[in-house]
Amino acid sequence: MAKYTPPEQPRILQLFDVACLIIAIFVALWLPLKMGWAGVSKSIDKIDNPTWESLKQTPAQVEQWVKLGYADAAAAHDVIQNHFHYSIDWTQLLIMVVVVLGYFIFLFRASAKEYRDVIEEKFGNTK
Amino acid sequence: MSQATAGSAPQRISLSRVLGPAQVWALGVGIVLVGEYTGWNFSADKGGTLAALIVCWVIGLLYTSVAMIDSEVTSTVAAAGGQYAQAKHIVGPLMAFNVALYLVFAYTMLEVSDAILVGDTIVAKAGTEGLTHNAFLAVTIVGLAWLNYRGVLMTLNVNFVITALAYVAIVILFLSVMPWSQGTVLKLGEMVTTDNALPYGWLGVIAAFHFGIWYYLGIEGTTQAAEEVRSPARALPLGTMSGMITLLIGAALTWYVCASLMPWQYLGITYYPLWDAGKLTGSPLLENMMFFATLLSAIASANGCINDAARAWFSLGRDRYLPTWFSAVHPKYRTPYRSILFLLPIALAFAFISDLNQAITFSILSGVLQYTFMSINIMMFRNKWPLGSIRRGYTHPFHPIPAIVLFVLCVITYFAIFLGYGAQLTAMTVFYLVVSLWFHFYRYKYVRRGDQFTMPWPKPKGY
Repeated sequence: MAKYTPPEQPRILQLFDVACLIIAIFVALWLPLKMGWAGVSKSIDKIDNPTWESLKQTPAQVEQWVKLGYADAAAAHDVIQNHFHYSIDWTQLLIMVVVVLGYFIFLFRASAKEYRDVIEEKFGNTK
Repeated sequence: MSQATAGSAPQRISLSRVLGPAQVWALGVGIVLVGEYTGWNFSADKGGTLAALIVCWVIGLLYTSVAMIDSEVTSTVAAAGGQYAQAKHIVGPLMAFNVALYLVFAYTMLEVSDAILVGDTIVAKAGTEGLTHNAFLAVTIVGLAWLNYRGVLMTLNVNFVITALAYVAIVILFLSVMPWSQGTVLKLGEMVTTDNALPYGWLGVIAAFHFGIWYYLGIEGTTQAAEEVRSPARALPLGTMSGMITLLIGAALTWYVCASLMPWQYLGITYYPLWDAGKLTGSPLLENMMFFATLLSAIASANGCINDAARAWFSLGRDRYLPTWFSAVHPKYRTPYRSILFLLPIALAFAFISDLNQAITFSILSGVLQYTFMSINIMMFRNKWPLGSIRRGYTHPFHPIPAIVLFVLCVITYFAIFLGYGAQLTAMTVFYLVVSLWFHFYRYKYVRRGDQFTMPWPKPKGY
């Protein structure tokens, strides 16, 4: 295979490439934060007039809560009763599976095509 | 060897080969140890204290597979960029481009998490109303970038000292609470009961995989030093595997002490479980020791992350995957200084806009994508260059079992991330897909094809 000579990239286009990458990085990292996609919501399962017993805390746990600055059951209530409520959104799961699988399939297929060029130029195309 | 500058007459300056196994250990453990000071405990939030222990062992298995696989491939492909260089030689350029981005994202966001931890810990200790963490974030990130700019040996020697101090602090805490005498200080049986051990059942254990990654995330960063170690075939496996053993012991000690001192609901939300453990012993000496150790672990991690992210970015520039301007090596300090400086404002920006939990998740997402690649990469490596066809610095045993274990655990971790961060995982994967299309159909035309294969190996089997 003939040696491939890449075109020289003008300096302005190099800057443009870098700018596009920075924008893409910020969008990918910042957008989920801005749109509130990061993190599952926990919610507090409220207990009226909580006691350590109703919060199911052992005496040793109560002792540690107090040492940590939670003077009584009411003070610790929101931390103790703040729970995840796991549920599986099958549509969202399916979308995620399709996206991740599709991404990896494209990645390996396109990489294999490019890799063949690399090997042919490096070693020649005879097996 | 690396090209010093872009342009028609490049001056060739190489990175310095100055590192030994101790610095490799310091790079790997230095990046990771902060995960034992904070981060792992969020797995208790998602699944309970027992779930945090289960994932400590299971994710430990995942990372042992990572370390074994990495030791074999990296001791053979000894080039800056670590897994990026591996992907370039084994899978192909597009995969290499993606792997480098995984590395940059994982390490930069981990650096952000570390800086947030430093700032928040100092603010919590000061207890001064109105004091914010912003100045501490900026000083941490800029100061460590400057250290990295000035030279890799000094950077990693500093890391070795502060990582060792932070690790010794965990051991001292463990011995100080008389672990041989349950009930005196530690009360595991009363903290973890049959009622609260797994509050969400086995679904919670799977969900806990998400933050269980944090026990060990970054040990694979040892490979980034491949081009700067004196003897890659010896130093990389030795540094990586000893680092993994160090972390497994540290993780077990950490869980045992923290689980025995804190109710699981508190353990799951605190930013400083080991510092809190120090406080709960009632000893001001232990409390202050764990405060300083928390800071040291975060600084060591951020320091290593800047080192690794810059090497990955530098490698992209050197191979023309990005403008070659990034591939410059400092003529005096022999560091990839432009890459270090370029990533600095990105880290600063995200340190100010994200919180610890979110920054950790960003890092984890890129990490899991990378581990998925590694499980497939080792299979392709063994197929293209079977044992005996090239000289390997280290040959990992039981192949392909570690690769299969790693792949299965990655799939479980994707599901764990889905239970809470599914939309974010999808969004980030879409980002990687879009930049992959950009690279394959546009950017790749600027890359010299055959020049990317730099190892003195025979033609791969099947080509």
